[in-house]
Parts: sequence; structure tokens; C-alpha cells
Amino acid sequence: MSTSADSNKVAPEGFNLFLYRTKKKFSGPDPYLTIAGVFLWLFVYWVLCEGLQVWRFTKLPGPVAISKDWFSMTPFQGISIFTQEYYDHIYVSCQRILIAFGIATGLGVPLGLFMGWSRSIRDYIFPIIELLRPIPILAWVPLSILLLPGFEGPVIFLATLASFFVTTLNAMLGVDSIDEEYFRAAGCLGSSRWDVFKNVVVPGALPFIFTGLQISIGVAWFSLVAAEMVSGDLGLGYLIVDAYMNNVTVPMVIAMITLGFIGYFSSACVRALGDRLMAWHVKELAQQGR
Amino acid sequence: MKVKSMAKNTSKAQKKGALSIKNVTKIYDPTGVNVMAVDDCSMEIAGGEVCMIVGPSGCGKTTLLNGIAGFHSITEGSIHLDGELLCGPGKPKADQSAERMVVFQHGALFPWKTLQENVAYGPSVQKALSPAQALDKAGQMLAEAGLGNFLKKYPGEVSSGMARRAEIVRALINNPKVLLLDEPYRAMDALTKQIMHESLLETYDRTGVTIFFITHDLEEAIFLGDKVHIVTTRPCQLKKTVEVKIPRPRSYETQSSEKFRKLLAEVNDAVHEEAVKAFKAGERELA
Repeated sequence: MSTSADSNKVAPEGFNLFLYRTKKKFSGPDPYLTIAGVFLWLFVYWVLCEGLQVWRFTKLPGPVAISKDWFSMTPFQGISIFTQEYYDHIYVSCQRILIAFGIATGLGVPLGLFMGWSRSIRDYIFPIIELLRPIPILAWVPLSILLLPGFEGPVIFLATLASFFVTTLNAMLGVDSIDEEYFRAAGCLGSSRWDVFKNVVVPGALPFIFTGLQISIGVAWFSLVAAEMVSGDLGLGYLIVDAYMNNVTVPMVIAMITLGFIGYFSSACVRALGDRLMAWHVKELAQQGR
Repeated sequence: MKVKSMAKNTSKAQKKGALSIKNVTKIYDPTGVNVMAVDDCSMEIAGGEVCMIVGPSGCGKTTLLNGIAGFHSITEGSIHLDGELLCGPGKPKADQSAERMVVFQHGALFPWKTLQENVAYGPSVQKALSPAQALDKAGQMLAEAGLGNFLKKYPGEVSSGMARRAEIVRALINNPKVLLLDEPYRAMDALTKQIMHESLLETYDRTGVTIFFITHDLEEAIFLGDKVHIVTTRPCQLKKTVEVKIPRPRSYETQSSEKFRKLLAEVNDAVHEEAVKAFKAGERELA
């Protein structure tokens, strides 16, 4: 093959591969555009809030005020990377997300797969799901407070619910997306119904499932924050509302930016897990030049 | 080479896999309007024969194949394999079984399994071999088919020709009586096709499996087949059978022989008539 044709060149591995990729990445215009873009937006933000102090924007903290407080040992408005409180909020939110996302995935994926696989299971369950799905998560707040005790229960319930619908629906569509010929081939080859489920339904639906999980973890975050804002004692959503109520705007924005970063990181984790489980899919896409 | 020892195991003398299709009719009713896809179609395929089915697009050839494979029910008539009833009165749909292996039009290797895992799948789910033994045998058979360097590759990573060869190996590892191929080389360029034909003929000479092969390509039909069955446009009926009495093994040079040309002309005449009919019927449907 082409790699063995030139024996002097050795394909880079491990750390060298990382260096090679980093070097290659920064040899094109894309990363510089990203960096320039970020600075451009920050600059606009700064001009509006602190540079020109445009009307109404004076109420918001600008980038300079935020970063001063965020990285300060003694933050003026109470929250920085050196305060325990900041990490308490992050920890509580992340823990809730893990539980909610775990429950939603654990229930949603199998349910969706079975709904896609068996007509009768779908006939039983799908109409109910379709009926409940459009109800906005905030509309569930009173019911969840009535139903579940304490602060934790309702908050986790709301985040779970939102992400459950997305996961279930995507797993079901994933099964629908599998070409009929794979089922026929599996039948010809002498598979039992359970063999088909293990070897065709599950792997065939994986690409859709992981697309669903990436959406679902995002949905879980925003329903969690909404829930924390309404009923909560800790967590980033609570921090935002609490800061707003107490008229301290810097922690409010810090919490927002933190949510952005954690949300980004969590979907990157889901994506990485998906790529690991679906080497075949990644290679197939790579073959098509994507 | 292992090739020779295999030939002994499944000698042609057994002549297994005789298909008998009697008065098969299939009526679809997808929208409440009956569509007759196959009408009173009969053909006899001897064990170990390469039988090529040629006919216009959408004429019901695949419907016939689906009936044999057990993907669809048939409305009337019966299909027997080695004298055993597959489907017929009282049993409209044949059971799917590894004795009748299908190679699909668009290829149906599982994209989430490597070539080796794909080939090992059949024996391992049928519990004919342990998973490890199945993988071993799969590796061996793929190597015999010239795919020894691609065992750990996913179907998406290899060329369509290699994927097709692997798919045929996946079928053959189950020692089927009949191999059902539905235009397997349709989307291939002429050069790849040539290689695929030679590979299939080599496989056939080795195993003597009965082959039921649907195609549009007349040269392919004559080059590969013992018999070419030309079927009519929908509803599908047997129009004419052309026997190809060109001795095996055949090589690509066969295709330039006088005999080959004559047969081609004969088949072409019969098919062309049906193609024109199909085209006119299509115009009527659209008008």
C-alpha cells in the first residue's frame, strides 16, 4: 500500500502524532479565524459596556470587570475561581446532570430501540410520548414539586424528562433508519430474533443514538438550569437567579459563561465516546472525505 | 492450495440445490390496487446449475427471488428445493434459511462489523462453530478469496469489488445449496466486473453451488450461465430459455468467440422485444 512504498517516512505515533496534528491544524487559516472571531466579539462587548458605555449596556458588567472578579483572590462580588462557593455550584449542577442524563439514557435508549424494533411496543407507547413531548419543561414544574419531595427530586426529574424524550425518539428513528436489507441478510444467515437485535438493531441505530445523546445532554443542561432557577438551593442556575435578586451582576455572567464551557465540554465527551464506539462509522465518513 | 481440498468436500456429484418453481403468481396490493408482479411463472433449475434470469427493469425478477429466499409470500403456485416444499399452498412464505443465501443488489455486509466478523457471523449465530472457530474459518476463506490483508477492515473502507467478494464469501461459508444473487455487479465498472466474474466462476468451479443470478447485463448472463432464462415484462413469466453450451472453465477470451456472439444475438432479440413492451407500458402509465 502507499504507506509502505516510502519506507523512509515513518507514520507519527503517540505524542509525535499529536504534535503533527497540532502543527497541521495551525498551518491553515481556520484556527486563526476562530481566535480572531472570539476577540472581535469580546471587543464589541467591551465597546458596548465599558468603552462607549452605550445606554442600557451600562447595567451589564463588561469583560474587564468580569475577568477582574473571576480571577481575583478576593472577588468584589463574591464569586471567583478561588472561592469554594463557585465549585460547590458547579459540582451540584454536574452531579444533577450526570444523574439525569444517566437515567434518561438508561431508560430512553432501550425504550427507543424496542419501539423501533417491535410494532406493537411502538403502538402502545409512541402516542403517549408524542402527546407528552410538546409540553414545555417549565409547565412540569408545579407537578414535579407536588410529586417529589425536597429540592433535588424535582430538579433532577425535570432535567431527566427533557433529555428522555430526545433520547427515546432518536433511538427509535435510529432503528427506522436501518436498511431493510441488513435485516434480510441477518435472517438469511440464520439469526434468531435476539441475534438480530444485538447485531443489527443496536449497532445500526448507534449513529442516531449518539446524535440524540449530544442533543439530549444540551437539553438536560438547559432544563436543569431552568429548574434550578425556579426551585433550587444550589447549582449554577440558582447562582444566576440569586445574583440577579441580590443585584450583583458579575457572578450572574460568570455562571452563564461557566455553563457555556461545561455544556461544550459535556457534549464533546459524548461525541468522543460515540466516535470510540463507532470506529466503523468514523472510518466510513472519513472515506467519504468528511 | 486449500482450494483443491475444498472441491472434494462439496463435489458436484451431489447435485444438491435443485430448484423447482411451479406456476408461481405474486400479486401485490400496496394501495388497494392489485399489481401482478409474477404471473404463472414456472422454471426448473437443476442442482449445481448457473441459472441467469434476464428481463426488463421492474418486471418482477426480484419478487421471484424474494419468494425463494422467504422475504415475501407468494400468492399462488409452489417452490420446491430438492423435492422439499419451500412455499406453496397452505404455506405462502418460505422460512429464511442459510441453505438459500442471498447476495443483495446494494450489498448488505454489516457496516459495523469487519470483513472477518461479517463472514464469521453466519456459522457463529447458527452455532455451527464456536465464535473463535468461526473467525478462524472466516479468515481462511477470505484469504482464499484474495482478501487476506483486509480481514480487520470495515466494509466502508474497502472498494465495492472487495466488499462484494467478501459478501459472497459470507454466503458460501454456510455451505448453502443455492446462492441467490440480485444484480450484484450492477454499479461496477467494466474492468472490476470482469474480475468479479472470474472470481465468481472460480468459486463456482470450486463449490458447485446452484446459482440463481438476476442481471440486466446480457454478456454477463451468457458468460456466467449454463442457462439464460429470459422473462417477460410485468407480470413476470418465462419467455424463453437459452442454453449456453460453452465448456467450463471459461476465460475472458470466451467472450470474443463466434459462439458467444451468436448466443448474445439470440438473447438480445428476445430481451429487446420485452424491453420495448416495458417501455411502452411505462409510457402508458405516465400518460
